[in-house]
Amino acid sequence: MNAPLRRAGVVILVLFGLLFANLNWVQAYKADDYRTNDYNRRVVVAQYERPRGIIEAGGTGVATNKVTDDALKYLRVYPRKEVYAPVLGYRPVGLAATGIENAENDFLSGESDKLFADRVKDMFTGNNTGGGNVLLTINTKAQEKAWKELVDNERGVDKGAAVAIDPRTGAVQAMVSMPSFDPNTLVTHDEKAASAAYSKLNKDPDQPLLNRSTAETKPPGSVFKVIISAAALQNGYTTETEIQAGREYRESGAVIRNSEDEVCPGSQIDLKAALTTSCNTGFARLGVTLGRDKVLAAAKAFGFEDDKLTVGNLEGGGLPVAMSDTGKIANPDGGVDKGALAQSSLGQRDVRMTPLQGALIAATVANDGKQMRPYLVQKLTSPDLRTIYTAKEKTLRTPINSQVAGDLKDMMVSVVENGTGKRARISGMEVGGKTGTAQNAEGADPHGWFVGFAFNDKGEAVSAVCVMLENVPGGHASAEAARIAGLIMKAAAGQGGD
Amino acid sequence: MTAPAVPASSPASTGEMARIPGMKTQRNAELGLLAFAMVLVAAYGATVEASRIGEITPTFWVPAALLSILFLGLHVVVRYTAPYADPVIIPAVALINGLGVGFLRRLDIGDALSEKLPVPGIFAGIGGRQLAWTLISLILAAVLLLVVRDHKIVSRYAYTLGLTGIVLVMIPAVLPASISEVNGAKLWIRLGSFSIQPGEFAKIALVSFFAYYLVRKREVLSLASRRFLGIDFPRGRDLGPVVTVWLLSLLVLVFERDLGTALLYFGLFIVTLYVATERASWLIIGLLLFFGGVYVAYLLGASVGGPFANFYDRAQVWLNPFDNENYERLGGSYQLVQGLLSLGTGGLFGSGPGAGSPRFVPEVQNDFIFAGMGEEIGLFGLSALLVLYLLVVERGLRSALAVRDSFGKLVAGGLSFTLGLQIFVILGGITGLIPLTGQTTPFLSSGGSSLMANWLLIAMLLRISNAARGPAASGGGTDRSGGPKKAPTQLHGAMTEVIKP
Repeated sequence: MNAPLRRAGVVILVLFGLLFANLNWVQAYKADDYRTNDYNRRVVVAQYERPRGIIEAGGTGVATNKVTDDALKYLRVYPRKEVYAPVLGYRPVGLAATGIENAENDFLSGESDKLFADRVKDMFTGNNTGGGNVLLTINTKAQEKAWKELVDNERGVDKGAAVAIDPRTGAVQAMVSMPSFDPNTLVTHDEKAASAAYSKLNKDPDQPLLNRSTAETKPPGSVFKVIISAAALQNGYTTETEIQAGREYRESGAVIRNSEDEVCPGSQIDLKAALTTSCNTGFARLGVTLGRDKVLAAAKAFGFEDDKLTVGNLEGGGLPVAMSDTGKIANPDGGVDKGALAQSSLGQRDVRMTPLQGALIAATVANDGKQMRPYLVQKLTSPDLRTIYTAKEKTLRTPINSQVAGDLKDMMVSVVENGTGKRARISGMEVGGKTGTAQNAEGADPHGWFVGFAFNDKGEAVSAVCVMLENVPGGHASAEAARIAGLIMKAAAGQGGD
Repeated sequence: MTAPAVPASSPASTGEMARIPGMKTQRNAELGLLAFAMVLVAAYGATVEASRIGEITPTFWVPAALLSILFLGLHVVVRYTAPYADPVIIPAVALINGLGVGFLRRLDIGDALSEKLPVPGIFAGIGGRQLAWTLISLILAAVLLLVVRDHKIVSRYAYTLGLTGIVLVMIPAVLPASISEVNGAKLWIRLGSFSIQPGEFAKIALVSFFAYYLVRKREVLSLASRRFLGIDFPRGRDLGPVVTVWLLSLLVLVFERDLGTALLYFGLFIVTLYVATERASWLIIGLLLFFGGVYVAYLLGASVGGPFANFYDRAQVWLNPFDNENYERLGGSYQLVQGLLSLGTGGLFGSGPGAGSPRFVPEVQNDFIFAGMGEEIGLFGLSALLVLYLLVVERGLRSALAVRDSFGKLVAGGLSFTLGLQIFVILGGITGLIPLTGQTTPFLSSGGSSLMANWLLIAMLLRISNAARGPAASGGGTDRSGGPKKAPTQLHGAMTEVIKP
């Protein structure tokens, strides 16, 4: 009986050998996989072992931490709730973050290579030094003003967005989207409540989680006439060049009329006056005269068709910006669809634009034709407030030369002083801009747009802005947008405030 | 063993049993090893307190000291009733048992602190209960050693034990699920807060019965055969008991929904059969029957469902634990995955006792205690635990080799093998080597039935190893290797007793 007993002993040895081999597989070979696995709650708890970096705007924390007494040691707090939510995003427990919280996650959490020295120091001191801090370019006064005016708009509009940037650098001064959401409900440590809050927001037909200033494109309407004007000025036109206008313009089945009969009824109008009065027939005919290629080229030069742009850190990362698009303006056979070209020249048909793109157009005109790359992150500092990174402005593209920019600026100033954009005027500043009223769906109220810029008394371009209000009732949709834009620029220039 | 031999004249060795000059009892070696084990348990407790509470409390040594007293008691009983018993078994098991108590106390401390309660007392919580169960288990083990002075006596009650074993196995299957089901496996009898796993005790009863049955039948099973393909196959009528046990284990598989228990019963029967008959054909038949049955159950689960569905589900969970569908499903792979993540997080060295997060693993105090400990003591610590288990099992098998009667060989061999198999089944289950089943981890898991049953098993092994290592029956002064062979004692009711050298 001893031989089989010995064999049974060998079987046990083999079984234990298998256990040992498998244990090596699990604890050595797969250890890193398992340690960082999404299902591993320790990863989440470890993230909350040290305080996450603070996100600041203008010296006040807009994303901060509160010490808790539960297993996750710090609770993320967003004191300004809806106002900054589209910019900051939020950072939920155990799920991916959004917004700047996502774009700068490595730095905020302290895992970034830039904070390597701090981690090494922690190893020796046993401290849990927090993550790095992010300082935003946001001008708190402009941001608060933009939010307040958007929410309290005079037409009762419930959806819209506003972006303000510094034309000289591209630094974003304000970025709001309406309706917004309270990120605090999504980052609570009660994950069930957070999940319920998320699905409620996600199902809301008004899409409060959508950042309308960067992630949504809408037909820009007459704002697009700035692009057509730029194309014309680059192709031998001057501000005084007379273009054909009239009450009505028919082109390949498309019928173009003016918004009101008293707008450019004459057969001729100069370019500046055409923009000032927002003459539809004139610009539609001008677009067709210039031809599709020149119109598309001008739009592209200003940033249309760019699907790579992000706004955040100039060294990479940030909120993705949806592609603004002119559409093909083509017949099914690929030839130029002149009717579509006429309508597209008025920012209708398939033309779509983000509010950020609108602000970039105005900023380009105000900055002598140089378009600066927009950014949100001004500075990164280590936990002990050493500066790790400071944004250095970058020219994104130069769509027009300074001659053309100067002419466009004159035309746009005329729009605010004498034309459709009067409500954007700010005392003591030179303001230019362009309104837009975009038809969208049958029977729906039009979207109201305003893009514009402001120069202070020293002649510096201090702010460029774009306000978009969706489905504005009561006519003159763009007038309300112009009014809000003026107030935002005033606040951004340091003259507003309450 | 390098421990010094105890001289026969030593006062410490004047036990009830007569000592033979020149034969080593090695009881002092056992005492030394036990002391070392208890020092390790105390150190473990201190480390837990240091990393959980932040300081080592003045009472950190109390659980280890209490355990020391208990094991010392058993040691004294062994010294008097089984002086020649293997000296390694008790210290090895005591270390595992002590670390189990330490880990359960660590869970208590962790739970209390996360609820912002004061550090629980030594007798509070699952750690305290485990301490009490250890006391009861050791008393049972001591009683068994005191009552059963010769393991062959057990054979007198073989049929009673066999019947008891089968009843114990079948009880949970026939009870309603509300009483017998825990985590999908019907292995329990639950009455209020009290619950036992009768199957744990069935192991010992069944091994004793098989051993007796096989000693009586081994000739006919090993000699009467038909040759086929060069292998001797038994006659059809002799297959009866094998088929019966096979059916029993498959019934367990289907009605108690537990592959591990089925594998355990079947494995222990096949092995005792193989050891008794020395016929490899039994192994082949057994393995084919078992794995064939499992595969058919799997296919039935996939197509028919019903009582087989649970088994099919478990197989699916085993094959794709990280599959989102399996993970999210109720009763799916959540537990297995969390166990694997816990082990993986521990890595080679672990986070240190007390520094992990074992509560992320469901059932970490029971089936998954190995995974919970794995996070804190790492691959190295778990390997050491595995070696301890292996040591106990191989020591048991060695006693089986050395003991001079067939019944003892079969009982010791069967019990050791079953213990090893159970460790394989549960540890293989939680590390994803085989489908997960609801076995307890011997001596570690919290719970009385497992601890009591396994300590009884150890007491039985001690008893047999005493016979194996001590002088041949009734104090004959022969040296094991050199002396002339004596006629082996007749086993109760056995017709023949053949010992091959």
